Amino acid sequence: MDYHFNFAVIWRNWDVLLKGLGLGLYLALAALFIGAIIGLIAAFWSLSPRAWLRIPARVYVSVIRNTPLLVLIFITYFGLPQWGFRLPRTEAMIFTLAIYAGAYLCEAFRSGLVAIPKGLREAGLAVGMTELQIQSSIIVPVMLRNVLPVLSNNFIGLFKDTALAAAIAVPELTFQARKINTETFRVMESWLVASALYIIACYLIAALLRLVERRLAIPGTRQ
Amino acid sequence: MNWSLFIEELGKSQENLLIAFGVSSLSAIASIILGTILGIIVGLALTYGHVINRILARLYTDIIRGVPLFVLIMAIFYIQAASGFGMTAFQAGTLALAIFCASHVAENLRGALQAIPKGQMEAAQSVGLTFLQCFFSVLLPQALRQMLPAWVNTAIEIVKGTTLLSVIGVAELLLATQRVISRTYLSLEFYLFVGLVFYILNFTIEQIGRAVERRLARHG
Repeated sequence: MDYHFNFAVIWRNWDVLLKGLGLGLYLALAALFIGAIIGLIAAFWSLSPRAWLRIPARVYVSVIRNTPLLVLIFITYFGLPQWGFRLPRTEAMIFTLAIYAGAYLCEAFRSGLVAIPKGLREAGLAVGMTELQIQSSIIVPVMLRNVLPVLSNNFIGLFKDTALAAAIAVPELTFQARKINTETFRVMESWLVASALYIIACYLIAALLRLVERRLAIPGTRQ
Repeated sequence: MNWSLFIEELGKSQENLLIAFGVSSLSAIASIILGTILGIIVGLALTYGHVINRILARLYTDIIRGVPLFVLIMAIFYIQAASGFGMTAFQAGTLALAIFCASHVAENLRGALQAIPKGQMEAAQSVGLTFLQCFFSVLLPQALRQMLPAWVNTAIEIVKGTTLLSVIGVAELLLATQRVISRTYLSLEFYLFVGLVFYILNFTIEQIGRAVERRLARHG
């Protein structure tokens, strides 16, 4: 193997790479936020006794989870303009990623809702709360704190999925790495540095989220 | 939406799309088989290996699981080309999928093996089974049953992941469809079509996985 490493071009583009990483984090955060709202609604619907709410929610989860994210991105960005629904690159990515995340979060929330002891609801009824009050101030907060570890795993997964934004030329880390690769032919350097940045970012996020989880865990529920 | 034109164009390009579907399937099957074998080896090293092997296996899984699959595919494709391995895009992409698959299989196997109570190993050894006998007739059957749902999920991820090979120029289903689109401009119709094909494929895998799971479930 006859390859001479030269990281100079990486250092010259260091701020561009870091900016790309930041953009990826922004995409993942925005998608998580919107996806959590979609997922929460879908979770309630999928547990509803009414078939016209339950069936669409279940179909949504099944379809999104079994379709490649890249195809979903292309449907949003290249397909939907045919129906007059046109989004700029970054927004198209956030929109797609949020719908994608919503399906996975729906599953997490649904199992969280099922796991809530019946007694909590009965306690709420006993002190005279309405159904809406019980859901919004007892069930959902308890469920959210219980599924927090699943939520943070989902966030890390979403952050890795933001790499696909490069396919529609959103200037995040993967896009910049590919650009350095094609412009300078520093193949090894660009991909090794991009991979390393992703790994480090994932581990920092994971460590940070563990702290948050410990902070927010309901006392006495975690081993 | 122009469905009559879509049907007409679909008919014209059905041969190319079928070949591309074959490429996608071949890549998925090869990488799942290769990845599962490699994953079992790494998983065993993670669970029972000596310190050095365990550290190497841990590094492998942690590094691969920290990198997006999309980046892994491009990194392996471009790096092997630059260092003169001369693989085709299909080979490099399938290798990347297999490496990704192996890291997930390894973690699942480790989790499944460690979830089996220690007493079983002790019981098996106390009736005179060797480690290998105990592993193959006591631990492994239970571990395989336990990791089946996660393995099916990994398989679905791999099938979805084959679409990523389009970016390194493998003529799989997504790239073949994009070529049809660039000729016909029926982007929404054809992208929805690819999505539907993958949905049906993965839904089938999911259902088969559930049926096998029910079949293997222990009673009581």
